[in-house]
Amino acid sequence: MLIDSLVALSPEIMLSIYSMVVVMVGVFSKTKSMDVSLLWLSCLMFCFISLIIALTEPSDIYAFNGAFKLDGFSQFFKIVILLSSGLILAMSKDYLSRYNLLNFEYSALICLSVVGMMIMVSASNLMAVYLGLELQSLSLYVIAAFRRDSLKSTEAGLKYFVLGALSSGLFLYGASLVYGFTGTTGFEEISGVILDEGLSTGVLFGLIFILGGMAFKVSAVPFHMWTPDVYEGSPTPVTTFFAIVPKLAAIAMLARLLFVPFGNAISEWQQILVFLSISSMLIGSIAAIGQSNIKRLMAYSSISHIGFALIGLTVGSSEGLSAVIIYMFIYVIANFGVFAFILNMQRDGVSVTDISSLSLYSRVNSIRAFCLSLIILSLAGLPPLVGFFGKVFIFKAAINSGFVPLVIVGGLSSVIGAFYYLRMVYLIYFGEVSDRLGGSMPFINQVVLTTSAIAVTLGSINLFGIQGFVSVISTTFLG
Amino acid sequence: MTYLLSLVMFLPLVGAFVLAVFVTANGQKTNQSARATALFTSVATFLVSLVILLKFDASDTEFQLVEEYTWIAGLNYRVGVDGISVLFVILTTAVMPLVFASSLKIESRVKEYMICFLVLETMMIGVFCSLDIIMFYVLFESGLIPMFIIIGVWGGKEKVYAAFKFFLYTLLGSILMLIAMLVIWFEAGTTDIRQLINYNFSYDSFYFFSVYIPGGLQTLLWLAFFASFAVKMPMWPFHTWLPDAHVQAPTGGSVVLAAILLKMGGYGFLRFNLPMFPNASMLFQDLVFLLSVVAIVYTSLVALRQTDMKKLIAYSSVAHMGFVTMGIFSMNQQGIDGAIFQMLSHGFISAALFLIVGVVYERLHTRQIEAYGGLVVRMPLYALIFMFFTMANIGLPGTSGFVGEFLTLIGVFQVSIFTALGAASGVVLSAAYGLWLYRRVVFGDLIKESLKQLDDLTFRERWVFYPLIGLTLFLGIFPSPVLSLIGPSVASLVIKLSMLG
Repeated sequence: MLIDSLVALSPEIMLSIYSMVVVMVGVFSKTKSMDVSLLWLSCLMFCFISLIIALTEPSDIYAFNGAFKLDGFSQFFKIVILLSSGLILAMSKDYLSRYNLLNFEYSALICLSVVGMMIMVSASNLMAVYLGLELQSLSLYVIAAFRRDSLKSTEAGLKYFVLGALSSGLFLYGASLVYGFTGTTGFEEISGVILDEGLSTGVLFGLIFILGGMAFKVSAVPFHMWTPDVYEGSPTPVTTFFAIVPKLAAIAMLARLLFVPFGNAISEWQQILVFLSISSMLIGSIAAIGQSNIKRLMAYSSISHIGFALIGLTVGSSEGLSAVIIYMFIYVIANFGVFAFILNMQRDGVSVTDISSLSLYSRVNSIRAFCLSLIILSLAGLPPLVGFFGKVFIFKAAINSGFVPLVIVGGLSSVIGAFYYLRMVYLIYFGEVSDRLGGSMPFINQVVLTTSAIAVTLGSINLFGIQGFVSVISTTFLG
Repeated sequence: MTYLLSLVMFLPLVGAFVLAVFVTANGQKTNQSARATALFTSVATFLVSLVILLKFDASDTEFQLVEEYTWIAGLNYRVGVDGISVLFVILTTAVMPLVFASSLKIESRVKEYMICFLVLETMMIGVFCSLDIIMFYVLFESGLIPMFIIIGVWGGKEKVYAAFKFFLYTLLGSILMLIAMLVIWFEAGTTDIRQLINYNFSYDSFYFFSVYIPGGLQTLLWLAFFASFAVKMPMWPFHTWLPDAHVQAPTGGSVVLAAILLKMGGYGFLRFNLPMFPNASMLFQDLVFLLSVVAIVYTSLVALRQTDMKKLIAYSSVAHMGFVTMGIFSMNQQGIDGAIFQMLSHGFISAALFLIVGVVYERLHTRQIEAYGGLVVRMPLYALIFMFFTMANIGLPGTSGFVGEFLTLIGVFQVSIFTALGAASGVVLSAAYGLWLYRRVVFGDLIKESLKQLDDLTFRERWVFYPLIGLTLFLGIFPSPVLSLIGPSVASLVIKLSMLG
């Protein structure tokens, strides 16, 4: 039995061993070129492991006495997480070497946090969830403060750590309440207890605390305070990572937490999620209007996107879940494009992050300006770009389950949000003349930017073909 | 299965693609080839659309030339035309070549300008062809992006304000329509317009968060669609974006806006509000009448006080659109026929008026009325054409403007005498502002130094106006081709409405 479990978790184990190897090699070699090769090697490793996962037949396997569940759902998220992390490593190489940040620790920490996230998405036990969550968070606290000579970066790291530890505490407290009142930490067992004995007050409190902790991880309002500061302070490659990968893992884990152990308490958590999603959409859209820093703006944008994704979870149907998966997928693709650009926003070799420096970028490089505008418009959810279809599927799922007021709020906040996205497009094309951005951009980032732009445009033809697959995994997930 | 509609729809997009990929670098020669490509594409599109007209059987009230393909996840690509929409398709393809022909004076970023308009043309044709509500929405909204760019890049001084206002106003209206469409999808289980037209949405009143909703679901859906189309139309009091957008847009943009984009609102009323929610339409008839009369009288009075020529014409557009909404919601044959005819004729006349302003704007770079005066001395042909279209705008018998206004007034008179009376006063008011504008710009003494060197219309400018004059006169004297084209479709709509009412 142990062998089966080890085999089932072999990708995670391989990646953990690999990250240890990275640390050892890095410590002993001490050369800069080794750090670079470790970064590329890590990219390859991510691709390799995602290939292994992709090639395994999707089936429901339990490992370590039900602590982990490997199904199509976790498989999909693991592949996306791994590939995204690999791509982010490749994209960030130029930025890191420019600021002399390209250390082997960076690759090792990313690897470790990815291991944590892989555990998160397949965990099927509160203890395993906590393990994954903490492994991920601890690595992220460190890389948020990776630029040690920058006050803002260390501030971001500290802030993230203090608030993140608080949220982990909330989560842990909730988990212990649930354990105390149900006598188990396994997801399916909790579900069974709730079904048999009804939802006791203790479990309800546990659920609320767990949701509070999770809302922090997905940065849903009112647990969002850390997001803009951490996004702004962290080095841009780390911000890119924050904006994409942990969000995916947290949403996947939240989905599993809500649907499996608390699937029988749906009317209780729906109320909480309705509030979280409405406040996230509105505050994310409204607060973004006043931002002048593009990283802070993207932070608020991600808060409002998470609000939309939470609508899909609130609905509680397999239609809603598949809408969420598609929405997150589209969100990831668009964010890749935007951050590929932000990573190279520089004037005379110095990185800048103020939005006004986008002014008249179309005269610097019209193709890139066009690509970026397409991606931004897709984030705004304007047809015919694919971001619109993400929203439509979410809205449709919500309407089919009778959440019309939620959809109306979503619609209004997307109009509010359209304003600040449009302002970026406006600056790119007809902004005031100021010092323009430099024109250079490394090859990989150019490729990512263009690919993302093509994807958001052509994606609306067939949604990258993931539609059928996603609806299968979400139906089997809800069983 | 024919591919005609898809061909017409995507031909401009192909042209845009060709422009984007094969016409590279900047320079005089590129600008020339960009203009030529765009003009050629739009003319080709127009010719193909004439084939549609030939293939179209006006006596059949069903949708024709239907194409249907599955798209993503429950969405479908469905196009087809009936008597009403085929007319708008032709209007779109006919106006676009004139837009390109009149845009030869654009000197900055010519290629991008042409691409924007070609993409916009695809979207507009698609709106009129689509038989699927989601596809309709996608195309309806997509048109915002090129228009935003057109106003924002090639616009006047206040272009940023105008572009944002245009975009956000329309988006806010439309998002409610999107939600309503999703509710429809849930209720009826289909997004096919052909089936939805025959679906009876519940008309049972209910309480929505303790607010009593008479007419229940139909009322709410009607209001959501109304929000979108009333903004697009635009109806008073949702019209304030239009004068800003018109004034700031380049001439080509104003022409497209007035001739085609505004018509989407009226088309939407005919395609969605009337056939899908007939009871709610009945319920709100008086409201629409009231708003239309206010629009006609109030915006005509506002037009009188304008100092900017384009703004004046923009307000006059709002007033004329008041006739359209009034005619549509009279829900009888004359009224709806008249409304469609009015939209068509307004498409030609307002396009011509904006082009007329564009002619002098290109020469003097001002649209202020007081900057002009006595143009008839230097530009006799211009004065003649201006006179013709001013008269057509007023609705002089013999021009197409008369037919539309007259038919809508007949239609409304049968339903509400007071509305007809109020609206008829608009005819007088439009003469007031139209003739006064004409007198101030064209007549008087030629005293301003800047005007003394003006030349009359060039060959190209003349030939932009001739087809419009021909069409306006032809339809004014002999309107029956259009009426027989739309007649059967309108009749079947009216029969359906009268059965329910």
